[in-house]
Amino acid sequence: MWRAEAKAVPVKAAPGEAASVEAASVEAESGEAASVEAASVEAAPGQAAPVEAAWVAGGAIGRPVSRLWTLGLFRSELTITLRRWRTLALLGVLAAVPVLVGIAVKIETGDGSTAGQRGDGGAGPAFMAQITNNGLFLVFTALAATLPFLLPMAVGVVAGDAVAGEANSGTLRYLLVAPAGRTRLLLAKYATTVTFCLLATLVVAVSALAVGALLFPLGDLTTISGTRISLADGLVRALFIALAVTASLLGVAALGLFVSTLTNSGIAAMATTVGLLTTVQILDQIPQLHAIQPYLFSHYWLSFADLMREPVYWVELQKNLGLQAVYVAVFGSAAWARFTTKDVTA
Amino acid sequence: MAPYASDDSTPAGKADDLRVGRRKAVRYIVPVTVIGVAAATIGLVPALADSGDPDLPKITAQQLIEKIAASDVQQLSGTVKITTDLGLPDLGGLESGLLSGATGATGDDGGSSADPSAKLTELASGTHTLRVAADGPDRQKLSLLENAAEYSLIHNGKDVWGYDSASNEVYHSTVEQGTEAAEPVPTTPKDLTDEALKAVDDTTSVTVDGTVQVAGRDAYKLLVKPKQSGSTVGAISVAVDARTGLPLKFTLTPASGGAAVVDAGFTQVSFAKPGAATFDFTPPKGAKVTEEDGADAAAEAPAPSKGDLEGDFAKDLAGLDVLGDGWTSVATFDSGGEGMPSSGDLPDAGGLGGFLGSFGDKVDGKFGSGTVFSTRLVNALVTDDGKVYVGAVTKDALVKAANTGK
Repeated sequence: MWRAEAKAVPVKAAPGEAASVEAASVEAESGEAASVEAASVEAAPGQAAPVEAAWVAGGAIGRPVSRLWTLGLFRSELTITLRRWRTLALLGVLAAVPVLVGIAVKIETGDGSTAGQRGDGGAGPAFMAQITNNGLFLVFTALAATLPFLLPMAVGVVAGDAVAGEANSGTLRYLLVAPAGRTRLLLAKYATTVTFCLLATLVVAVSALAVGALLFPLGDLTTISGTRISLADGLVRALFIALAVTASLLGVAALGLFVSTLTNSGIAAMATTVGLLTTVQILDQIPQLHAIQPYLFSHYWLSFADLMREPVYWVELQKNLGLQAVYVAVFGSAAWARFTTKDVTA
Repeated sequence: MAPYASDDSTPAGKADDLRVGRRKAVRYIVPVTVIGVAAATIGLVPALADSGDPDLPKITAQQLIEKIAASDVQQLSGTVKITTDLGLPDLGGLESGLLSGATGATGDDGGSSADPSAKLTELASGTHTLRVAADGPDRQKLSLLENAAEYSLIHNGKDVWGYDSASNEVYHSTVEQGTEAAEPVPTTPKDLTDEALKAVDDTTSVTVDGTVQVAGRDAYKLLVKPKQSGSTVGAISVAVDARTGLPLKFTLTPASGGAAVVDAGFTQVSFAKPGAATFDFTPPKGAKVTEEDGADAAAEAPAPSKGDLEGDFAKDLAGLDVLGDGWTSVATFDSGGEGMPSSGDLPDAGGLGGFLGSFGDKVDGKFGSGTVFSTRLVNALVTDDGKVYVGAVTKDALVKAANTGK
């Protein structure tokens, strides 16, 4: 409940627009709204107070402080998202994957053999075979292992919950009476989801790096093209790979946000997003559908491994970025069209 | 309900609703437009990028062939896309099992997944992306790009390294300094073109078929066609770089029509000297290294049977006879106990033979009876008494050859 925050404060000053209905409903529950205000001002006094002052002084226009407003909105959104137990649990699970992989590889190779070396050769996630020689490869293996399902699922949960969750718990209308406007609220929601994408990827990468450094040696590494690069170069590439993985998740994030604007049930939005994700992954595996596969958002996800080639093979990385940009543009604008015209009843 | 209903029926309310409804609908134009722009971009960009055939001075087929022969490209790096569609039945893992069984190169015991002959056999079907780099006769590199992995074949001085990053296995053999390391399978457009031009004689028509752009470079198109009927080869088209004479694209279309059997072309090429580090290779720590010992290397490496795409088979088929000449020549040999297993001569492989037989057609002729195995390019006739006839010819031509050869 406390999440409605300072945004409820300028309601009384807010002129006309679509807010009138919502304002009425806020007043109907004024008892609750008042307590919300009290709590929120304490929660974020730093940015909220001057913004309000400027709002009052600047009148209805209030543009000079708009950037601050968005940033404040984004910051409060981010804090709220990251404080959820659900989010923390997801990040915990993501951090546990490299630990499990690292320990499993350590145990399997305790007798000196190399991981992933079986008759068929191609078992296990990518880069598995090199982990024992260089702990840095655990970063790549962990990302390759989590990118198909775990990472996008976590993003789907956060994105799906973004709008529908608010609607479900009845806090969306309080948010909307804030003079920030729906577009800006949606942007703040998407920025929060994107930040979560980056954070989730970094959690996997950092956890993998820590486990890899702890259990296996570090040092110069061999790229998959067979050339050698220094550890520093390897770490730089690991950072770029984390960014490429983050970029791969942007499409899912936009899709989740769009689904989230369609329904008032947070659970339904999350389930739909994760369901769509799984469906797309399955479609990407069926050889007969190769004609549509290049347009599926997950098709070029593994292209991040191309950053480990020497020289880097950019073709598929560029295709991936282009595809994600198209998904963000299509579903982002669809979410905007839906959210800005939606009747908010809860 | 009633008061609201009457409210709605007022003209003002209606107009408002309409206006609001229209405004809502207008917003959805944005995502629809975005989809349209994206679709148009995907559809139009390749068409716009195709800047038409370049204008080049006229050249005769003879001059063009000489240009290819005189081509002396020592330094290059680029990306090659190769698509092969031999029309082999898709056997999945079994196929590679059979192929590697035929080459005797791999197996669970002692075989290395980094062995070049085993690895490059993968090129026989599907689409693959290769990277090539060369710096003089002593230093070459060929990489087969795979999903999150790569297979590299590196020749540097007297060392030949094969590195399979997926399994972290290394293959090592040595060649004499100064000799060009032979690849077990022709992979680049140049290799393929050299093979095709070997077959050029009076049974072949060679023409220059206009110009084309490949990998951003102006090129002449050389069209090689068999004059004889009975060949499964429809035409071979080679795009030759106008400046360097290097073949940039090789396309083999079957006589039966349809998609190309082999289509290999540069998607990107540069004639700058590749970085020296490209050819440096030290086996990574912990990698399993398979050494090819000298005797084996002498027997296997310098004898690449490039005669046809199924060259790996031909390796086992020393002492084979050739019937006919030119494009309709048919190779024949007595399978005895080796080569392709057939139900006829390998009773103990009955299960496998019967299985293979299900892919073939039964034929009868003066030679007796046998089974024809067809692909889109190469047909093979295995007679019941164990003789095998193989050629890039039609089924009828194969039976005719068997009849006359008897």
